[in-house]
Amino acid sequence: MSTMSSTTERTARIAAPVLVGLLGLAVWQLLVSVGGVSEYLLPSPSEIWTELRENSEAIREATWITGGNALAGLVFGTVLAVLLAAIAGWARWFDGMLAPVVASIAVVPIVALAPVLNSMYGADSEYGRRAIAALAAFVPVFVNTLRGLRQTTPLHRDLMSTYAASPWQTFRSLTLPSATPYLLTGIRVASSLAVISALVAEYFGGPRGGLGSFITTSAATSAYARAWAYVAAAILLGLGAYLVTVLLERLVQHRLPTGSIR
Amino acid sequence: MQETVRIVGVSKTFATRSGEVHALADVDLTVGEGEFVSLIGPSGCGKSTLMRLVADLEQPSAGTVEVFGKTPRQARNDQDYGIAFQQAGLLPWRTVAANIALPLEIHRVGRAERKQRVAELAELVGLSDFADHHPDQLSGGMQQRVAIARALAERPRLLLMDEPFGALDEMTRERMQSELARIAVETGAAVVFVTHSIPEAVFLSDRVVVMSPRPGRITTVITTGIGRDVARDEALRESPAFFEKVTEVREGLHGVPVRSPALEGR
Amino acid sequence: MSAALVDPTNPVPETAPVARSGHRGGLWLARARAVGLGLLGLLAVAGLWEAYKALGPEDGVLVGENRVLPRTTDLAMPHVWDMVQRLGEPVTSLGDAEPLWRVVLDASVVSLGIATVGWLVGTTVGLLLAVLMQRVRIAEWGLLPWIVLSQTVPLIAFAPVVRSWGSRIEIAGWEWPPWLSVALIASYLAFFPVAVGALKGLQSPDRIHTELLRSYAASATDTLRKVRIPASVPYLLPALRLGAASAVIGGVVAEVSTGYLDGIGRLLVSYAGQASGDPAKAWAPIFGAIGLGLVAAGFVALLGVLMRNYRRGEAV
Repeated sequence: MSTMSSTTERTARIAAPVLVGLLGLAVWQLLVSVGGVSEYLLPSPSEIWTELRENSEAIREATWITGGNALAGLVFGTVLAVLLAAIAGWARWFDGMLAPVVASIAVVPIVALAPVLNSMYGADSEYGRRAIAALAAFVPVFVNTLRGLRQTTPLHRDLMSTYAASPWQTFRSLTLPSATPYLLTGIRVASSLAVISALVAEYFGGPRGGLGSFITTSAATSAYARAWAYVAAAILLGLGAYLVTVLLERLVQHRLPTGSIR
Repeated sequence: MQETVRIVGVSKTFATRSGEVHALADVDLTVGEGEFVSLIGPSGCGKSTLMRLVADLEQPSAGTVEVFGKTPRQARNDQDYGIAFQQAGLLPWRTVAANIALPLEIHRVGRAERKQRVAELAELVGLSDFADHHPDQLSGGMQQRVAIARALAERPRLLLMDEPFGALDEMTRERMQSELARIAVETGAAVVFVTHSIPEAVFLSDRVVVMSPRPGRITTVITTGIGRDVARDEALRESPAFFEKVTEVREGLHGVPVRSPALEGR
Repeated sequence: MSAALVDPTNPVPETAPVARSGHRGGLWLARARAVGLGLLGLLAVAGLWEAYKALGPEDGVLVGENRVLPRTTDLAMPHVWDMVQRLGEPVTSLGDAEPLWRVVLDASVVSLGIATVGWLVGTTVGLLLAVLMQRVRIAEWGLLPWIVLSQTVPLIAFAPVVRSWGSRIEIAGWEWPPWLSVALIASYLAFFPVAVGALKGLQSPDRIHTELLRSYAASATDTLRKVRIPASVPYLLPALRLGAASAVIGGVVAEVSTGYLDGIGRLLVSYAGQASGDPAKAWAPIFGAIGLGLVAAGFVALLGVLMRNYRRGEAV
């Protein structure tokens, strides 16, 4: 039983996480400046901010590289996923063959492939990392697109056949609008995974220059505040990718509402 | 004699995003011991809300509700009533027996006593052979029977039922009505029964309370005059007296709200 | 298909199919068919590899300056059967070296152990936090947005920094063992999906069930035990699966970032470094890592079977 009015509830829902965030930052700053926690363990937010400003050029370049890898992987993974999902939606046996492969990819550490891919593509190529990002992006897009393609109910298909609609017309008016929101959900989930995979792949060797490689080298040379600055940039990259895809998803959902098909 | 339920001048207003909803306005009602009372009316007339006020699942905006002379909250804490909803609401991971035992478990009834009571109740609703089945293996009617058995677990003197047969097909529904009538007589419990089926209300009740569309008021109260000794069976459904009462209720549903005497002069 | 793959920030329940008596034979046949097709799929992947090797250009597919698909030489892409054969051979050319598969297996077991510790810790914390967030609404409002957000950002970026912490912490003469950094990172990654999934599951019971328990004047603890926790199982299982996968991935990455010596991570990096001389060897730890992920998923699947009673739907 709610004892709050709805406006109070709305403000509380927004205020609460903001407060928690601010509290966290405050505690952090306090621990470092007053609590005597050594800079080695945890640089203060202000120190990290300083490093961010000082190295902004290098950080921007590194973000470009990692972000570029993530984007390339996302695009390639999405294209492949949509193609295979289309075939899988059309041929049950193909889906039967593909399903365990996809399920396996989802649970195994794909980044384990990173070192081998780097040596296959050559140590100066970014394509090993892009392949990993593509593989990571593939799974959610495939699963969601397939689900979207299956959203047409027998009821709707019967309706289309009473209109003597051609397969192309059915696809355009029924299958495509039903599947598109799911595709976009898949891209939203995949974007985060692509960024994470592109970043992590950098820990496994390959050309220098991405956010991940700077994090490792900074940590290795005990420049912790700088390492955290790069970590912060990585977090912003992930957040940015997520927000862009959420916006895209909302935009399309606005014009093509999902909701249960009756 | 203490009344089982006493509702005086009750109103209920809900605050929603699109403004205020007046579910009930100035309702008076009493239910006597062992009496079967139906609440009937169109969708949105507040009959479910009224029942929920008795169950302490909602609180009135104005007026008082007394259950066995106590507040609904106290009656709920004392477990003076049993409740059944339109969906059976069985827990899918429990067997029939475990579902019936749920209130007994929560009230820390001992294992041996629980087992015996569950067996009795399963027998009462005719599901002894299905005690080890899970809800997804039962039909809708059977699930409702389990829900009714569960509602009777603590021998309540009051049963609150919100369209329990609404989701069933007509044949099952009629069968369940006969079952419920028998159980009500056997246990001697008072029943507040919400429905929007006129024949169902007349078949089961001593009195039928007809309610108006939102804001819900009591239009009229019709006494069915079907005594406790009359068998609730096919013969009753086909008797002329039954049809007359059904007609009377139908006309009541098209009628004008009755002004409560307690409110005259306000 | 795992429900968690659809959208980890919006958990969806997985109910178990109930085999009606008399359909037993049909269910087994369907399962056998699924397994058969699955194996065919795996063979198809190997087939694709060999097909590209046989048909693809020797220098790989080049788009402008960039090599988009790898070279097809035996050095860059060993044959599938070479990879399998290499597993049986000794790991190094030294006299009494163990077979490769043995080395990989030992390392995989170590990594599995660490990932398991991480998963257990992360799951426990996640479950406790979920219960807190369900009971105290303000805790949910304040914490959940951060938890959901953290699933979208690369937390794993922290890994190298955590290693530095571990190497400096010394409490009363007890030194921080290196594997603990790895386990900690794994637990950190497992915690988030479990917290989100468990909370959704605890909040999932229909109003009818919560109202029923309110009509029994049941306490919040009773409602938690009798209704919320059992009802959360269909949401919990995909979350546990995602948590297990995250723990494995986090463990492997952490091993590489922290330079942990005994796990599969080190083998992955070091054998790949030797790939120019011994290309098939580099694939052995990859099979190990794949096996690791499958074992973790299999374990959660086993949990799912044990809890299948709680995954029954309500409908007939």
